Amino acid sequence: MAEVVEGKKLSSYAEVGATQYVLERGLDTDVMVLNMGPQHPATHGVLRVELITDGEIVVKATPYIGYLHRCFEKHAESLEYQMVIPYTDRMDYLSAMNNEWVYCMAVEKLLKIEVPRRIEFMRVIVAELNRIASHIIAIGTYGLDIGAFTPFLHTFHDREHIMNLLEWLCGARMLYNYIWVGGVSHDFPPKFKERVAEFLKYYKPRVDEMNKLLTENELFVQRTRGIGVLPADVAINYGCSGPMLRGSGVKWDLRRNVPYSVYPELEFDVVVPKGDISVIGDCLSRHLVRCYEIYESIKIIEQCLDKMPDEPGFDPHKAVPKRIKPQAGEAIARGENPRGELAYYIISDGKGVKPYRVKARAPSFSNLSVLPELAKGALISDVVAIVGSIDIVLGDVDR
Amino acid sequence: MLPKINLLLASSGVAAAVPSVELNQWSNQLSELGIPGLLLISAIPLVFIAVYALYVGVYGERKVSAFIQDRIGPNETGKWGLLQTIADILKLIQKEDVVPAAADKTLYVLGPIIIFVGAFAAYAVLPFGPAFIGADLNVGVFYATSIVSIEAVGILMAGWGSNNKWSLFGAVRSVAQIVSYEIPAGLAILCGVMMAGTLSMHGITLAQSGLQADGTNNGLGILNFFIFQSPVAWLAFLIYFIASLAECNRAPFDIPEAESELVSGYFTEYGGMKFAMIFLAEYASMFMVSVIISTLFLGGWNSPLPNLGPLRLNEWTNGPVWGVFWIVIKGFFFIFVQMWVRWTLPRFRVDQLMYLCWKVLTPFAMVALVITAFWEMYVRNPM
Repeated sequence: MAEVVEGKKLSSYAEVGATQYVLERGLDTDVMVLNMGPQHPATHGVLRVELITDGEIVVKATPYIGYLHRCFEKHAESLEYQMVIPYTDRMDYLSAMNNEWVYCMAVEKLLKIEVPRRIEFMRVIVAELNRIASHIIAIGTYGLDIGAFTPFLHTFHDREHIMNLLEWLCGARMLYNYIWVGGVSHDFPPKFKERVAEFLKYYKPRVDEMNKLLTENELFVQRTRGIGVLPADVAINYGCSGPMLRGSGVKWDLRRNVPYSVYPELEFDVVVPKGDISVIGDCLSRHLVRCYEIYESIKIIEQCLDKMPDEPGFDPHKAVPKRIKPQAGEAIARGENPRGELAYYIISDGKGVKPYRVKARAPSFSNLSVLPELAKGALISDVVAIVGSIDIVLGDVDR
Repeated sequence: MLPKINLLLASSGVAAAVPSVELNQWSNQLSELGIPGLLLISAIPLVFIAVYALYVGVYGERKVSAFIQDRIGPNETGKWGLLQTIADILKLIQKEDVVPAAADKTLYVLGPIIIFVGAFAAYAVLPFGPAFIGADLNVGVFYATSIVSIEAVGILMAGWGSNNKWSLFGAVRSVAQIVSYEIPAGLAILCGVMMAGTLSMHGITLAQSGLQADGTNNGLGILNFFIFQSPVAWLAFLIYFIASLAECNRAPFDIPEAESELVSGYFTEYGGMKFAMIFLAEYASMFMVSVIISTLFLGGWNSPLPNLGPLRLNEWTNGPVWGVFWIVIKGFFFIFVQMWVRWTLPRFRVDQLMYLCWKVLTPFAMVALVITAFWEMYVRNPM
C-alpha cells in the first residue's frame, strides 16, 4: 500500500482527463484495491490484475502472472527435439500451428536442412488458417468483453469450419503436432484444397457480416474509440508486436520485414489503421487490424492454393531427419504469430538428442507488460476493453 | 376491502366526457368474498407471473437468444426442452442456502426480498383486462413507478451486504442508474397521463378505447391509441421504452450486473433461491414495464383491430377475455423486443449511460411534455 500512496502524487496522476477533473474539484476519495482475477470473466484465463481505484477511475493497474506457468523451457531441456513440438502447441493454444512452425524453423536452422517447397506452402496454408481461427476468437471474445454476446457465437460457428478442416488434416482440433522438423505429419488429403477454397468462399461474406454486426456498431465504437491509446514509441519500447504494434501505426510484420518461408512470393498488405474511424493506437485500432488481417490471410491462402506444386505420391516425411542430433551451436527463428512476434532460441551442446536450452520469446508476454501504461486513468469498464484488445493468451504469457 | 372507485369521477378532461362503463367486475366480485377473495385476487397475477417467468421469461429468452445466435437452445429436457426451466428451478430450490461468512447477514437476506416485493407490488395496479385489476387506484401509474423504486434500496442492501467489492460497484452503479432514469421515464409517463387526464390505469386505457360522449364506440381500433393521437407521443413512447430498459437493468444498460466487468454485479454472492428471486424480479419488472408502456401508449387491453364496414372486428375482439389476451400479447411483444435488443447490442459504459440519460433523454422528454401539453390544450381538447 505504500506504493499506492506514492502513486497518488499529482504529477503522474493528473495526466489523464477524468482524473484531473476529479482532482481539481476535490472529488477524489480514498483509493480502494480491487482484484480483477485470476477468476474473472474478462481476464481471458488466469490473469490477475490488481487495480487501485478511486471510485470507478483506475489509479494504477498491476498485472500478476504465473498462474499458468508450466515450465516449458525446463521441460524442453529434458526432451528430444521433436518431442518439444507438442509442448509448443500448448503455449499459445489458439494458434498452435504458428508455434510449432517457428520452433521447427529454429531446429531446421540448427540442423541446416532444406524443406521441400510443397511443405512450405502447406505450412503457410495451415498457419494462416490457424491465424484466421485465432483472430476470430479474439474478435468474438472482444465483443463479449464489451457486452455483445451474439458475435462471439457467430465467430465460434465459423471457427468450427476451420477446426474441422484441420481435424481432417491431422486428427486434432486445437493442438495439432502437425508441423514436424523437416516436414509435416500428413500430406493434404484428397480434395482438401477444394474444401479450403470452398471455406474461403463461404467465409468472406461472413467477415463482412461480422464487421457489420460488431465493428460498425455505434455502441461498440463508442466503447473502444480513444480508449487505451498506445503511442508508437511506447509500443516499441515495451516490445509490443503484432496487432498491438500495427494498431499504433507501425508498419511492422515479420512476414514482410524479415521474410521467411514462401512469404516473399505472396502478395499481401501489412494492415495498419488509417485513423479515419479510430484514433491511432486505441482499442478500436487494434480490433480493426485483426479484422482486416483476416482478409489478408484469406488472400494469402488463395495464392498458396494456386501456387502450391501438386506432386502425386508426395512423401511429407521425405526431409524429416531420422535422428536429430545437431552440432554444437545455436539458432534463433522468428515468426509472425497472430499475437505478434514469436521467437525460439535453441542452444545445442552437440552431445545429445536433447536441446541444451530453449528460450521462447512469447508475444503475449510483452504485449501484456504495457497494460499498466494503458490502464492508468481509465475507468474499470475501460480496463476490460483494454485487456480484451491486447488479446492475451495466458498459456503464452506464462509458458 | 377494496373500494369500488368510480375512476371517472376522480378524473377530468377527456375521460370525464366518456360515459361510465362497468369495469373491474371480476376483481370487485372477488373482493366481496372477503379474505379468500382477496387472496385469490393476488394469487391470479402471481400464478400468471410464475408461468410467464418460467416459459416466456427464462425459456423464451433462451430460445430467442439461441435463434439470434444461430444455436438450438434447450432441447433435451422434455419436448423441445420445455421442462428445462422446471429442472432449473428444482435445482435452485435444492441448493444449500449459503450466507458468506463476511456478509452482513440481515442486509444480505433482506436484499432479495425487497427487490422481489418491489417488483411484484407494482402488479397490483396493472390492468389485466377490463374486468380484472388488483386495485384500480386513482394514482395507479404513480404508485407503479414509485413502488418499483424501492428495488433500488434492495439492490443497495444486496450489494453492500454481500461484502464483495464487485457487488458494491454493481449496487452503486445500479442505484445511480435507476434513480437517474426515473426522470425521463417519469416525464414520458406524464405525456400519456396528460393525454388521458387521469393517473388511473383503467382510466388511461379507457381514454384510448374510442368511446364517445354519446356512449357509442368509434371503432377505429389502433388509431385511438395515444401513440397515434399526438405528434410527439412516439417520442415519449421511445423515451419510456429506453428508460424502462435501464430501470430493469436490461442490456444495453445492464452495467450493474455487467457479466464481463463486474462478474455478476450486486448478486455475485447469491446462490440458490435467493438468486432465483432476484432473477424472477428482473423478469417481473420486464413484464411490468411492458404493460405500463402498452397501457400508456398502445391502448392497454383495447383491441387494435378497427371496424371495417360490416366486419365489426373491433366489437368482436373487445371484452373481458379478449382484453386479457390483448394486454398479454402486447406485453410479450415488448418483452421480445427487450430480448432482441439485449442479444444484439453491446453494453454502455457508465459515463455514457449517464450522458444518455441527462443530456439526451431528459431534454427530449421535457420537449415532448411541453408539446403534449399544448397539443392537448389547443388541438385535442380545445377549450
